[in-house]
Amino acid sequence: MIDIILAILSSIGALSILFASIGILRMPDFYLRLSVTVKASTLGVGLLLICAAIMFPDVSVTTKAIAIIFFLIITAPIAAHMIGRSAYFTGTPLWKDTVIDELAGMYNKETHELESKEEEAENPANEGPNIAKSEEETE
Amino acid sequence: MIKYFLMNLLLSGIWVALTGSMYYTNFLFGFMLGFFVLWIMNRTETDQRYFYRVPKIISFIFYFLYEVFRANIQVAFDVVTPKYFFKPGIVKYPLNASTDFEINLLTTMLSLTPGTLILDISEDKKTIYIHVMYLTDPETFVRQTKTGLERRLLAILR
Repeated sequence: MIDIILAILSSIGALSILFASIGILRMPDFYLRLSVTVKASTLGVGLLLICAAIMFPDVSVTTKAIAIIFFLIITAPIAAHMIGRSAYFTGTPLWKDTVIDELAGMYNKETHELESKEEEAENPANEGPNIAKSEEETE
Repeated sequence: MIKYFLMNLLLSGIWVALTGSMYYTNFLFGFMLGFFVLWIMNRTETDQRYFYRVPKIISFIFYFLYEVFRANIQVAFDVVTPKYFFKPGIVKYPLNASTDFEINLLTTMLSLTPGTLILDISEDKKTIYIHVMYLTDPETFVRQTKTGLERRLLAILR
């Protein structure tokens, strides 16, 4: 019974890590690559650690697995947020089929402050949305 | 509220000490027993918030896991099939959550659901900018998240 649960959980974990790595190759722009990678790898590593915790009925193994999952869940979104923010700030273009970009022109380029209202965003550094025109720009 | 939680922890500690096996399953079973005992003993009290909140937290955890799996399967299907189905976009999302702790939990939950990625939070902590993979319409996305994840999260925290 436990063997079947372990097999199912570890297969799902390994498959999600595999799909994340295929996603790095296949996704058309930087933000989608980041979006696919961070979450799927968190889920995959978490499931594999849960398998390890079930496999070894030892208190120290279970404690370490729970601690690693906890810190992974806390830190992975922050890393993704910081990487995405700096990528947007340095002008990495979005994919050419991007529907809408409501963040365009909201940054104050000198002070790095982010506005939340429409009318305050009328600063001189206000350019259009940074969407790529062709496939080659986001390769 | 805190008093009931501490009493519940104490009861589960007593259960673990009496049964003498130090496993998490045993601790969880003791916690459930303690919750049941406390619930029976405090039936006539006016402050019943703790007994509503614990089932809500458990159901929220299952809801979140279900969302993560559903969205992961969608993204995995998109990765392995040759055609792209997604329509990405950056959406401005007005926050209902006000304190730092609520915003932190909400953004962590949103970042862990595949398809959404937090790009930035404005200086006055009123809006966040989300990069969404499957965007049909910005208003629909904002309404779905408001009535789904954020409402459930704030119902637990407040």
